[in-house]
Amino acid sequence: MATITDVICPFCGTLCDDIEVVVNGSKIESARHACKIGNSKFLSINDIPRPIKPLIRENGASREASIDEAIAKAAEILSNSKRALLFGWSSTSCEATAVGIEIAEEIGGLIDGTTTVCHGPTVMAVQYVGLPSVTLGEIKNRADLVIYWGANPMHAHPRHLSRYSIFPRGYFRERGQQDRELIVVDVRKTDTAKIANHFIQVEFGKDYELLSALRMIVNGGELEEEEVAGVPKEKIIELADKMMNCQFGILFFGMGLTMSPGKHRNIDNAISLVKNLNRHTKFSIMPMRGHWNVTGFGEVMTWQTGYPFAVDFSRGYARYNPGETSANDVLQREEVDAVLVVASDPVAHFPRKSVAHLARVPMITIAPHHSLTTELSEIFIPSSMVGIEEEGTAYRMDTVPLFTRKVIDPPQGVLSDVEILKRILEKIREMR
Amino acid sequence: MMTDVILVPKVQHKISLEAEVIKPDEFAGKTIEEIKELPVYFGNTVQKLGDFFEVSGSAEENAENLRIVVEGDVSRVKRIGEGMTTGEILVKGDVDMYLGARMKGGRIVVEGSVDSFAGQQMRGGEIEIKGNAKDYLGGSYRGDWRGMRGGRIIVEGNAGKEVAEFMRGGEIIIKGNCDSFAGVHMKKGLVIIEGSVAERVGAEMVGGSIIVLGEMANLLPSFKIGEVVEGLKIDGREFPGKFRKYIGDFAEGPSVKGVIYKRL
Repeated sequence: MATITDVICPFCGTLCDDIEVVVNGSKIESARHACKIGNSKFLSINDIPRPIKPLIRENGASREASIDEAIAKAAEILSNSKRALLFGWSSTSCEATAVGIEIAEEIGGLIDGTTTVCHGPTVMAVQYVGLPSVTLGEIKNRADLVIYWGANPMHAHPRHLSRYSIFPRGYFRERGQQDRELIVVDVRKTDTAKIANHFIQVEFGKDYELLSALRMIVNGGELEEEEVAGVPKEKIIELADKMMNCQFGILFFGMGLTMSPGKHRNIDNAISLVKNLNRHTKFSIMPMRGHWNVTGFGEVMTWQTGYPFAVDFSRGYARYNPGETSANDVLQREEVDAVLVVASDPVAHFPRKSVAHLARVPMITIAPHHSLTTELSEIFIPSSMVGIEEEGTAYRMDTVPLFTRKVIDPPQGVLSDVEILKRILEKIREMR
Repeated sequence: MMTDVILVPKVQHKISLEAEVIKPDEFAGKTIEEIKELPVYFGNTVQKLGDFFEVSGSAEENAENLRIVVEGDVSRVKRIGEGMTTGEILVKGDVDMYLGARMKGGRIVVEGSVDSFAGQQMRGGEIEIKGNAKDYLGGSYRGDWRGMRGGRIIVEGNAGKEVAEFMRGGEIIIKGNCDSFAGVHMKKGLVIIEGSVAERVGAEMVGGSIIVLGEMANLLPSFKIGEVVEGLKIDGREFPGKFRKYIGDFAEGPSVKGVIYKRL
């Protein structure tokens, strides 16, 4: 038995970096300090049977194939496509995404990540109004007002509150929780709301109205209405006062804001509110990014193509327009003629109409486990798990890059995402 | 006297064709054979206009007197009339995205409906749509704060979300109903909605005027209720009846000049 310390957890965007993994031979016994979800991700490498050999589907039946055959066939499908979609990337390393972008450019395809169905609207809003950003470390040391809006970290980012926002003692917040105030804005009383000092229940789909009212007050206006979005006037004024009078505020927001009516305009308004608040005090805003390296996908995309997601290489250069070049839009218009999925499960999460088209076209999936997507794929190439069986770079939700560690060897014969993608790219280049 | 070049779609396809070459500026002075050779983009391939359309008629030397008539459904052809400066385009069917985007002059008439981003960042000329328009009519490019700056768009049917997004000038007339966020981030120009309008009209607007003749969903709390105006005159247009004036969007600050007139 060996204990490996300071391991980074590859589950959510919090990227906890204090995990102690106990390894026993080819098994992981436990992942100390990790939350329930993180722990189960580490233990999932013990799942038996773990897929090892690539699978190729022919005439409706799957058969095992060699890695060389699977890679050659995948390269052939992608190379012959007119409008291929390369999707996923949020649960693999930045190094893998970089190779994915090269493939997309080589074949003139589209590349999009799971961002498209989570914080895509955030990224779009940032392009319009910027982002007063901050690191989680600064929040831990300085924040005295923490707001979670449309986010429930108690369930989705279980250690976020204890490591960065509410519970930890910070340099200027020596008494931890007692030196901070927690406000939760949500449509229902979530488990995070239950531990908050104040809970503001907003009517579903009316976040934009509440944000507009807050902005008007912060900008010196007077609210005329008695109630906005189900929240009484006095409560809105009280909230605005708390925001303006804190020493260091942070607004964390989740998909309750990005995926409810208004989408990118909700975020546009929320960021603008924080911008306005900076006339009174120090305030920042941060999206609660979900998958552990979804932020990294955006970073790599931006430095390589100039755009954060939904990039179309069909004319040889990068073009971007969510609504036109985003995964669900091209799938629902039935434009796509080949799909490569890496480290994601769109069949389980996309709308029915998109999945119907995924079922119609040849799909290649690179993933460590069986999923609904691998079941619908023509080619399934099992890969090692980045952050457990493979090292690689990931970005935390505050865009701090961390290098994830390898704690155990992958099953024999299983390659990493980077290795598989590099070989596919090589093969495609040979064919051209 | 207008001369016509007629395009008849030959094949139906799922992948959208990108054909910004379909505009009088490109066709003028070319023979029919030369027009057929113009490049269009299909997926990751470059093909010829003649592969997708039967081309007939004759192209005039002067683009001003040239009319392109598209006979049929082009609901999977993007960028028709993109950047055109003069002449006319008539489409006798539905059109895909970016119709007349960055257009500077001339006129486009669509007998069917158009997809999103029609008239994106338009500067001049006129677009007339007999059917419906989807989202971002006369809007901006992603991340840009300059939408339509001049010209006129008329939609006989309904329009989608974020009409006149970041509008900086010109005129948009919607004869039917309009979805949410009409005039979002608007700074100048005029939007007339003859039907009803959904919520969040004028969101984050700092200038310009929106006139609503039909019903209006709940206005944002950051607008102030102004006086009642009898008979409205804006940009040389007259609107009879009583109008309630609203000013906003005060979320943007205390000195905003956006106005919404709602007919009572």
